[in-house]
Amino acid sequence: MGTTTELKTFTAQDYRAEIHNDWCPGCGDFGILTAIQMALAKLSIPPHRVVVVSGIGCSGKTAHYLHTYAFHTLHGRVLPCATGIKLANHELTVIGVGGDGDGYGIGAGHFVSAGRRNLDLTYIVFNNDVYALTKGQASPTIGRGQRTKSMPEESILEPINPVLLALASGYTFVARGYALDTRYLAELIAQGIRHRGTALIDVLQTCPTYNDLHSKSWYDAQVDGQPRLYRLEDTGYDGRVHHPDDPREVSEKKAQALLRSQDPSGRIALGVFYQIELPTYEDYLKEKIPALRERPLAELDLYHRNLEDNLRRLM
Amino acid sequence: MGSFSWMIAGPQGSGINVSAEIFAKALARAGYYVFGQLEYHSNIKGKHSAYRLRIADHPVSSHVETIHLLSALDEESLVGDMYHEFPAHAGHVGEVAPGGAVLYDSAHRAFVDWVRRPEVQFWEMPYSELLERALREMGRTEQARAFRIMNNSLVLGASVGALEFDFDAVAEAIRESFGAKAGRVAELNVRAARLAWEYAREHFAHQLGYRLPKAAAPRHQMVIKGTQAVALGKLQAGCAIQTYYPISPATDESVYLEEQQREHALVVLQTEDEVAAIDAAVMAAHGGVRASTSTSGPGFALMPEGLGFAAITEAPGPVVVLYQRGGPSTGMPTRWEQADLNFALWAGQGDIPRIVLASGDIEECFYDAFEAFNYAERYQVPVILLVDKHLATSFQTLLPFDRTHLRVDRGLLFDPAAGSNGDYLRHAFTETGISPRAIPGQPGGIFWTTTDEHDPRGHITEGIANRLAMMQKRMGKLELAAREIPEDRKYVLHGDPSAQLLLVGWGSTKGAIVDALPLLAERGQPAAFLQIRLLRPFPVEGVRRHLERARTVICFDGNYSEQLARLLRMETGVLPAHRAVKYDGRPFSQDEILAAVEHTLATGAERMVLSEGRVVGEDHARTEFERLVALRRQRPKMQAPMVPLPPGYNR
Repeated sequence: MGTTTELKTFTAQDYRAEIHNDWCPGCGDFGILTAIQMALAKLSIPPHRVVVVSGIGCSGKTAHYLHTYAFHTLHGRVLPCATGIKLANHELTVIGVGGDGDGYGIGAGHFVSAGRRNLDLTYIVFNNDVYALTKGQASPTIGRGQRTKSMPEESILEPINPVLLALASGYTFVARGYALDTRYLAELIAQGIRHRGTALIDVLQTCPTYNDLHSKSWYDAQVDGQPRLYRLEDTGYDGRVHHPDDPREVSEKKAQALLRSQDPSGRIALGVFYQIELPTYEDYLKEKIPALRERPLAELDLYHRNLEDNLRRLM
Repeated sequence: MGSFSWMIAGPQGSGINVSAEIFAKALARAGYYVFGQLEYHSNIKGKHSAYRLRIADHPVSSHVETIHLLSALDEESLVGDMYHEFPAHAGHVGEVAPGGAVLYDSAHRAFVDWVRRPEVQFWEMPYSELLERALREMGRTEQARAFRIMNNSLVLGASVGALEFDFDAVAEAIRESFGAKAGRVAELNVRAARLAWEYAREHFAHQLGYRLPKAAAPRHQMVIKGTQAVALGKLQAGCAIQTYYPISPATDESVYLEEQQREHALVVLQTEDEVAAIDAAVMAAHGGVRASTSTSGPGFALMPEGLGFAAITEAPGPVVVLYQRGGPSTGMPTRWEQADLNFALWAGQGDIPRIVLASGDIEECFYDAFEAFNYAERYQVPVILLVDKHLATSFQTLLPFDRTHLRVDRGLLFDPAAGSNGDYLRHAFTETGISPRAIPGQPGGIFWTTTDEHDPRGHITEGIANRLAMMQKRMGKLELAAREIPEDRKYVLHGDPSAQLLLVGWGSTKGAIVDALPLLAERGQPAAFLQIRLLRPFPVEGVRRHLERARTVICFDGNYSEQLARLLRMETGVLPAHRAVKYDGRPFSQDEILAAVEHTLATGAERMVLSEGRVVGEDHARTEFERLVALRRQRPKMQAPMVPLPPGYNR
């Protein structure tokens, strides 16, 4: 077997940075961090080929705990930042991580535009209904009339449904996970990374310090005798669009995702709500810019351009 | 001939830009030097716009206030917008020099009577009659009315005829501007221009005292705008990613670059806002490419957050090109101002190491845009290149840029071949403060970085010693830049170095001041011009030397608050004794520089406000405002000029 090239495999440990973690004990973020490491190991992507871009807040610190290229950027700007580095080198695996306030609040405009662009990115939103690092104010996903112990008043705003927002914005992979179901979350994240296009994984995350409403025991509780959390595939649900050219199928798959994303029974569905294979932004760029088919921008020699024709056209 | 000043004026959408640029191209090929300056409204169709061409047999780098030939497409160009409650202007006839001429449509004869001046020639031409003839001769049966959109070609042809300039050169430029696909339309325009040219030769020749014979030595000159020069500088520098959100007057640069994507392998990303534009550019720079974004004041207002991000993460960029326009807020989107100097210097929370440079003319736009990337990568800081509306939309004849001396400097890079056993530190403390940078994707270069204060590895820390060291590292890079950047990149002394009169300015005031210097010398008033090119790090010693040496110093500022003068005092301790400011939305002209000098020497005034070619008094604004309103009341009712739809649009 001397002709086969050695393919190095990686374990979750290879993606773990040697640094003290300062999240609160019992934080749901630990589950998400572990799931990301498991997903990367499952896909065996060399750590130096991965870029993690995070926002601000507890979730933003995730970048520091991963042994990958890591950028802990600005509040709400995960997606523009991820876009910039992906365009510089589209061969890298780029993962965005941030909170629900970061993504659906201050970064909502970027969230919509990133969906339209459909770069090959994975965006993981740590959704715990509160702005935890500033001590628990209401975030865009908390429901009307809800009040956590850290809020002085109940919220009088409708919550955002991230699945619906993603569908409306053009995300080509839309999933929901649960931070404390790490194995399943790792599977969803791996699928999201493998998906060609912008993938949203909204992760229900417990905040033991500030969110006493949506705690582990709340998620574990039963609704009408059934577990609150369930997996879409266990109900025969298929979120994948099999014929992307068929507008009817596209609409039907979006409609069922809408229905399941705010399940009228009060239960909460996890899994892939919607997935469609469409050309990515990079695909379109490669059509326009032939040089990108050979190598990414960062590896092109652009420092010896011949501008003679440009100057001549001005004469 | 000194220089000849031609204006073509009319409603937006009537093609004055096209005609002015066609004329300029033909003149440039014939060996003339041309400077073109455009004034226009934030509007698509109908509001007033005017293009000035200054044509000379020697290099010119600014416009003048006076007009030798005014070619009017509409009545507003003659009498102003007397259909507004508060008129904005009273037409351009008042700007015509004695002996100069006004070319107008016979249909507008009644309006001419409002503004007639005995010392000015008024040339009437039957626009629609000539159009009808052109259509007939080309075998078309449509009414001339539907082809009023070609009036620009008529007045171009007539102007060329009156100046006895070569028609074939203009015809060639007209055909080029329409491109290969629009052959029939192009020929129609050429025919209209030709008929007007003949009409002018017959009726207006030899009446101006100016002619433009074909020059003996045609030169291969470019006719280039500032947006193009910046774009070309970026291309030459190897810029790989340009991000932008549409905004006047910056957008033309990005659109030009977008057209180059295929040929030059560059990605132009139109983002959802300027926040995304700068952040994507910061991260692209981290990603190992040269990245840039271009904007104007309102867009830059969304970018301070990104500047701080770039600075604290020591990103090798981006280059931010800031095209200043009239502010504050939306202000005057298509008008000139230099009021974002303080903004560029101070935008952002905390202490941000940034390099700020300002281009003085279109040629410098190219070289500065090129060099900005070298600074960004060498010092791992954001670089702001200050330009403005005047540079953006004016054009100038220039010889092709000399690129032979340009060198790309990518700064200190991590060497993946040398290997790293996890000991690579992105923010390592070094002698110079510059840490070799790894590029994501490289083996052995894995790093962390954050907008929080961080340790050399890029992890968050709030330790005291680390904080001190990191602040010194980041801010110290500016001291390094100040030592390394060559003196002539920081400031330039133009004109007579021994002169006791020193004019100081920055950015696009250069053109008007440089053109004024020989005229001052002729008047027995030799002057030097100190052009500040680098605003941060500020060249303190050199500038102070000059400020202290001259007997009389006049500082020119395109803003209300004397931003440069105040910066000079802050940095050097010397406040220029005389400050000339302009904030009417229009760029300095050579005439205004002369007026400010004259006024200073005559009165010793500390602060002068310039407008429309002169120093204006305190009561000027109100008086002029009321004069325009009174003028409107005196005159018969007037309709706003209309721009016709393209022929056949609604068929």
